[in-house]
Amino acid sequence: MNGVQSVLAPRGQDAERIATLFWTMLGGGTLIMLAVAVLTALALKGDSPGRGWLRSERLVVWVGIVLPVCLLTALLAWGLFALRAGAVHSDPDALRVAVVGERWWWRVIYPGAGGRSFESANELRIPVGRTVNVELRTADVIHSFWVPSLAGKVDMIPGRTNVMSLVANATGVSRGQCAEYCGGAHALMSFHVVALNATEFESWLAHESGPAIPPADAETRLGQTLFITSGCGACHTIRGTDAAGRIGPDLTHVGGRLSLAAATMSNDAAAIGRWIRDNQHIKPQNRMPPFAIFDDRQLAALSRYLAGLK
Amino acid sequence: MNESPPADLPNPLPRPAREREELLRIWATPRGWRRLTAVNNTVIGIFYIGMAFLFFILAGLLGLLMRAQLAAGDSTLLSQDLYNQLFTVHGTTMMFLFAVPAMEALGVMLLPQMLAARDLPFPRLSAFAIWAYVIGGLVFFSTIFYDLAPRGGWFMYPPLTLTEFSPGDSADFWLLGIGFIEISAIAGAVEIIVGVLRTRPPGMSLDKMPIFAWSMLIFAAMIVFAFPAVILATMMLEIERSFGWPFFTAARGGDSLLWQHLFWFFGHPEVYIIFLPAAGLVSMIVPTMARTPLVGYRLIVVALIATGFFSFGLWVHHMFTTGIPALSLAFFSAASMAVAVPSGIQVFSWIATMAAGRGRFRITTPSLFVLGFLFIFTVGGLTGVMVAVVPFDFQAHDTYFVVAHFHYVLIGGMVFPLFATFYYWAPMVSRRALSERFGRWVFWLMFVGFNVTFFPMHIAGLMGMPRRVWTYPADIGWDLPNLVSTIGAFILAAGVLLFVIDLGLRFRRGKGPDNPWQAGTLEWLPNDVYSTRSIPHVTSREPLWEQPGLARDVEQGRYYLPNAPTGGRETIVTSPVDATPEYVIRMPGPGWAHFFAAVFTAACFLLLTVKVVVPAIACGVLAVLSCLVWVWQLDLGPGKGPVPIGAGISLPTYRTGPTSHSWWAMVVLMLVAASLYLAWMFSYLYLWTVSPEVWATGDSPLLPGVEWPVLSGALLLAGTGLLVVAGRGLAWTRPLRHVSPALTLIASLCLTAATIVEIFGHWTAGLRPADSAYAAMVYLGATLTGQVVITVLIMSLFAIARYAAGKLDNVRRLAFDNTALLGWYGAGQGLVGLVLVHGFPRLL
Repeated sequence: MNGVQSVLAPRGQDAERIATLFWTMLGGGTLIMLAVAVLTALALKGDSPGRGWLRSERLVVWVGIVLPVCLLTALLAWGLFALRAGAVHSDPDALRVAVVGERWWWRVIYPGAGGRSFESANELRIPVGRTVNVELRTADVIHSFWVPSLAGKVDMIPGRTNVMSLVANATGVSRGQCAEYCGGAHALMSFHVVALNATEFESWLAHESGPAIPPADAETRLGQTLFITSGCGACHTIRGTDAAGRIGPDLTHVGGRLSLAAATMSNDAAAIGRWIRDNQHIKPQNRMPPFAIFDDRQLAALSRYLAGLK
Repeated sequence: MNESPPADLPNPLPRPAREREELLRIWATPRGWRRLTAVNNTVIGIFYIGMAFLFFILAGLLGLLMRAQLAAGDSTLLSQDLYNQLFTVHGTTMMFLFAVPAMEALGVMLLPQMLAARDLPFPRLSAFAIWAYVIGGLVFFSTIFYDLAPRGGWFMYPPLTLTEFSPGDSADFWLLGIGFIEISAIAGAVEIIVGVLRTRPPGMSLDKMPIFAWSMLIFAAMIVFAFPAVILATMMLEIERSFGWPFFTAARGGDSLLWQHLFWFFGHPEVYIIFLPAAGLVSMIVPTMARTPLVGYRLIVVALIATGFFSFGLWVHHMFTTGIPALSLAFFSAASMAVAVPSGIQVFSWIATMAAGRGRFRITTPSLFVLGFLFIFTVGGLTGVMVAVVPFDFQAHDTYFVVAHFHYVLIGGMVFPLFATFYYWAPMVSRRALSERFGRWVFWLMFVGFNVTFFPMHIAGLMGMPRRVWTYPADIGWDLPNLVSTIGAFILAAGVLLFVIDLGLRFRRGKGPDNPWQAGTLEWLPNDVYSTRSIPHVTSREPLWEQPGLARDVEQGRYYLPNAPTGGRETIVTSPVDATPEYVIRMPGPGWAHFFAAVFTAACFLLLTVKVVVPAIACGVLAVLSCLVWVWQLDLGPGKGPVPIGAGISLPTYRTGPTSHSWWAMVVLMLVAASLYLAWMFSYLYLWTVSPEVWATGDSPLLPGVEWPVLSGALLLAGTGLLVVAGRGLAWTRPLRHVSPALTLIASLCLTAATIVEIFGHWTAGLRPADSAYAAMVYLGATLTGQVVITVLIMSLFAIARYAAGKLDNVRRLAFDNTALLGWYGAGQGLVGLVLVHGFPRLL
């Protein structure tokens, strides 16, 4: 998993430009640091040949003023040029996706067929090579959307909509995380971005926009019944069932995601069971109450049902 | 050095017997529990710096706890909720209770010595500021022990910190803590500005002033302009939390970014507020260790001023990722880079000075800390340039890279110079210097520990680790840099611990060896509780190097004011630019009033925080009464007449008008009030740009008719005119003169009525402050002016009491002059407010 969230392992257009910028600045900065160290050493050493020049105001004027002004001007020009990296791409072919920051998870809204959008959570799937313009909003406090290996971060601010462009250069999974402290479980508010090739993406999108798979056996049918009768639907939606809550993440295809609880834990039936019963220990202060009402058999059924919602 | 003193020194030998004994008696430090009443800068300065250092240790311990938690991924040593409190209190304490107070403390302690003044011009104000800080700071810090500490981060961004997302009192404790540092910082700024500009020794023109005094002057000026922005922001946040005025709530026209603008308009200069004095200290130590004057003195002064100036133009670089327009990004990026240039000037000036010395640069413990500072600060400066480049900041912002960067700048730029200062200036206030042997260990442990702690954080940040996370997954590569950081933190802590031991073993209050480093500036003159025996005439930047025999002549009392001609505490006030003697200021000694003023102010704020309203109001009243008792003892009048200070110069002992220190302090205070009001005007217009839809327009029923502002304006003008007449009236003969205090009262009542009319007009139009951001801004503007006019009202009642007691007349008239100054200011502010609040919407 090393490098899955690293600025230095870029897999996106912006991230690559910024990484180049960083390595160049690091090189320049190291040279300057060495120069300062050498000058200081010469100054401390006493009688060295260059000391006459070192001890005068000329040093201050040339090395302290003229040189930095030239270097900084060049850097500023480059920074502003590379700044286009942060600008929104006005690509007519761009995919438009909305992500809403919630305490402490991500609501993802895709455009569906016929202008009808549908929701997912804590995972963003995007096509490789195509511009994805992400609309960033928040439901409560300030969050910040950041996928280091694809691009820089942009904040989600109450009353505003910010837009950023992502272009993935290669298929694969990147990890993102909320970068603006948002209270409570801020540390556990992560997500995954999965870059797929165009055909894979289209077929995934078609499947994801559809309703949930109906339960296939007795146990999962029990799970579905428990889900509906225990009030889970007050907060969660499972399209194709009566559960249509809007407070928590949409669970229609929860079993097909890479993680649970905003990339806090792995995603399988056992993990879902632990989450339902003990979520306040796994992710303190999260807004879902722990459900200790289920016995082991019920919990297993409910977990298997949810895990099966691929 | 052995040549005989010139015959024309200001005062002849031998000095009369008992002169020194009288000085010692007058300046004696109170004993026992009366120590609480002490005001002398050498006494309270040490206490001040001691408290700031205590907060450094406490906040540092919180840092160690956080490092312990982060040593490994998925650690559960600390809980999420406790960790969120820890980093909030760590940051707040380090910034507000350690860094700024430590620098003010050094100003209070060192400036009078460097300027050979007997004390700063307002000794009780300093003491008041210190007590308010100590009480408020300790209460704030202790909340961490009761699970009551704020959890919003030191920057306290709304909406997270609004009642909806932060219920309970914990966020209010942050506002309390910050309230105290606001009060004490402003008080300190007034003291330092007037002190530096008016209490320099004769002959020390601005271009001969020690760099530290320059840096403190700019420090104080920056406080005057920067702190009001955060004062306004904290007022807004507390008002929104308590009464629901929606300054920061988007649904009602507010904007959470307004907080960020105001906070960082303060917060970025704050970094330089901390750094400039530290740079000033380095500029004092380097020439001493090189035994040569500073190379590039003028360039350094320009660099300090430029830093102060630029630092107000780059607050938006904390907001690059909020989605602001590209043009703003470009401007603030350029400004953020430009501020690197003045720092470069200073770094190379120090290197040039090291090279210029006679013989080799002396490697002492202070020198080591200075060199450590130079290295660490340069690294921090370079990473600072990196994050000023906008695209890179998009990645680095709010990550451990930034945590690393600002610890390099702040610990490198401030803590290392502070430790250099401890080792360098300890002999000035301690009978024994600190240990050079220990000092080297302290330095190397701290230097190595610091770099081992913070260097890996750059890497963790680049690997994607965000700030303010209480835990992280063990499998994404952040374990190793975090473990190394934690080990480093304990090495750093060991260095600090060794320093504390050194301090315990060797630091003893009293007179140390005279000038152990052979430095050139005045704080190394022989001194005692009264500062120097006589006040020297200065003819160069390093008087102790350039003026042979100065120390001996000063100590023998051959320079100015070798005695206490008024029989009390006093020092010479000189002109602000070329430092020619103007008058002798008579200063108050120890007292209880300012102490109780601080205690009751603290109690008032505290009780308000826990919403115990009636006792809070009682304490507030007691605080005001204590202040009145305190100022009643001032304004001693011209009774002592002119006194001789030597060289045939006879100086008055009383001054009013634009040359008095009282007038200068009032002007500084008015600048603070004006900055606060400007911040409000900015906020008003800013929120309009964000939410024009909630604004009243020219034909809105919510905008009162023109008659309201006209009446309010007329009352303000009437008050202004009446104050002019009242001022003249003090010169009239009795019984006509009795009209003057009555007019003063009527004038302040006019000002008060004007504010009431303004509020009442909006109220009758149907506007309620909680309705919208517009309404909230309108009422806040009136509240700000109300604050000023209520103060004017209290001051005018005070002036009447002084008049009745025979302590106010045409000559002894400070009580009236200050009331009139603030009254005029308040009227002006009110008029500007009327034009904006009633004029601007009519343009829409």
